[in-house]
Amino acid sequence: MAEPLLAVDNVSCWFGGLKAVDGASLSALPGRITALIGPNGAGKTTLFSIISGFVRAREGAIRYAGQEITGKPPHELARLGIARTFQIVQPFVGLSVRENILVGAHLHHRARDAALAVANRVGRDLGLTDMLDRPADTLTVAARKRLELARALATEPKLLLLDEVLAGLNPTEIRDIVPVIRDLCRRGITILMIEHVMQAVMSLAEHVFVLAEGRVIAQGAPAQIAQNPQVVEAYLGHGAAAKWGASHAQ
Amino acid sequence: MKSFVPTAIVIAVLAAVPLVVQSNATLNFLVVTLMIALAGQGWNILGGYGGQYSFGHAAFFGTGAYVTSILQVRYGVNAWPGFAIGIAAGAALGAVIGALTFRSGLRGSYFALVTLAFAEVLRIVASVAPITGAGVGTLMTLELGARTFQFQSRAAFYWVILALVAVSLVIAELIERSRFGTWLVAVRENEDAASALGVDARKVKTAAMTISGAITAAAGCFYAQYFLFIDSGIAYGTWISVEALLTAIIGGVGTVFGPLAGALVVKSLGEATRLMIGDAPGLDLIIYGAVLVLVIWIMPRGLIGGIADARKIFGRRKPAAMSTEQVRHG
Repeated sequence: MAEPLLAVDNVSCWFGGLKAVDGASLSALPGRITALIGPNGAGKTTLFSIISGFVRAREGAIRYAGQEITGKPPHELARLGIARTFQIVQPFVGLSVRENILVGAHLHHRARDAALAVANRVGRDLGLTDMLDRPADTLTVAARKRLELARALATEPKLLLLDEVLAGLNPTEIRDIVPVIRDLCRRGITILMIEHVMQAVMSLAEHVFVLAEGRVIAQGAPAQIAQNPQVVEAYLGHGAAAKWGASHAQ
Repeated sequence: MKSFVPTAIVIAVLAAVPLVVQSNATLNFLVVTLMIALAGQGWNILGGYGGQYSFGHAAFFGTGAYVTSILQVRYGVNAWPGFAIGIAAGAALGAVIGALTFRSGLRGSYFALVTLAFAEVLRIVASVAPITGAGVGTLMTLELGARTFQFQSRAAFYWVILALVAVSLVIAELIERSRFGTWLVAVRENEDAASALGVDARKVKTAAMTISGAITAAAGCFYAQYFLFIDSGIAYGTWISVEALLTAIIGGVGTVFGPLAGALVVKSLGEATRLMIGDAPGLDLIIYGAVLVLVIWIMPRGLIGGIADARKIFGRRKPAAMSTEQVRHG
């Protein structure tokens, strides 16, 4: 098996008395889509924030492309090729869509013309061409999600962390954006995604990690995970797996 | 190069003013206005583009003024290098205050209060330290001549300050079109999102404060050279902190011409109300204040921003159509 691009090893993080992440370990193989799922409050976003440098892990280590990155600030990680989107989209509202993407494009292109070319190309790839000159705050929810993705892509990442890019979208919009994500993977970008939309997880991810109460309770191929009684319990409560199994047996 | 055309036109028009206007009082008024515009442009780099609202730009103004006058009076340094060193001192102070405040993660009103505190501390120190002349202030020797940077004619001073303003406009223009400017605005809009995109927010803000400090210090150096006298209340007084941020806000934060437009309007307004109702002491200030409130009320993005908004409303209908679409989807 190939060396993972990202390896999270036994990471813990707590806020006061609340243990948000409790000895979680996961890895993402290069060129693949890995999903991180789990019930609300499982610590998924906190784990993302730790990987992307916004929150410091109290314990554990994170390795990326063979180098230790634990505790590095977000801007350094972005330079190394780790990009993230935010669950609650964070557009630069005072700027146009193009200017938003331009901020990311400037990371590896100092010259304005080169950065603009990248911004226009990324905008086109994500179907934002018609909106490039619009102020970011006039976009629909779906377009904002695309913008969030475009900005991250403009930094030309190797590893892309997607925090619920499908949340808040209607089924049509989801159907439109799933191929976009698959296409990114095809172009060699490793993707780690937090997602609640299971249909998308099942169709996109090759490997799934399940986080519950800060711990990774299961991992494996999507089909396997769906059958895992522990996972069912984490989502539906204690004893649910047995009932579920029983009702299905009938 | 296209976008330097408006700057060139504005500067050319302003440069022709002394050829038409002979009155010393008017020229004096314009010199002071341009000096405030320069200080305001310094504020605008950090506050307008970077969103870091400083209430203590007097720290830079005063440092420029004191450094250049002390160098001349006490150390016999020529005025021209003195002026340059004054600007450098402002830049250095900007870097130091920036490094300290941004390292501690101070944002918003906390940042504003700390900058105010820095300026106040400097004012108090300057009012007691022997090197600044303490309460007496620093008086420069009158020695007219280009070599000593002291001119008999107001027009000469006018062109000097206009040249400085021109440089500050070009700096703002260059920042707007650079990667640094893009990142600075991104930090203003959303610091977390910017850092996720690889922007070192602390470094960008500190760099902005360094440039900002240098420009406002240049205004201070000019003040010292023009009036040949400063004391702690003038150099580090709250008045200049307020003037700097007021001109930028009235004119339009984060725009190249904002501070210049703001300074011209604010200063003309102050002068006009004083001339018209100067008999009743204080009344002119009340009217002046009321008009400023009105301007901000009607044009929250300042004069330059307000003009841009008006153009959008009357020029194109598209933005309105977009917002209805947003309502439908949102």
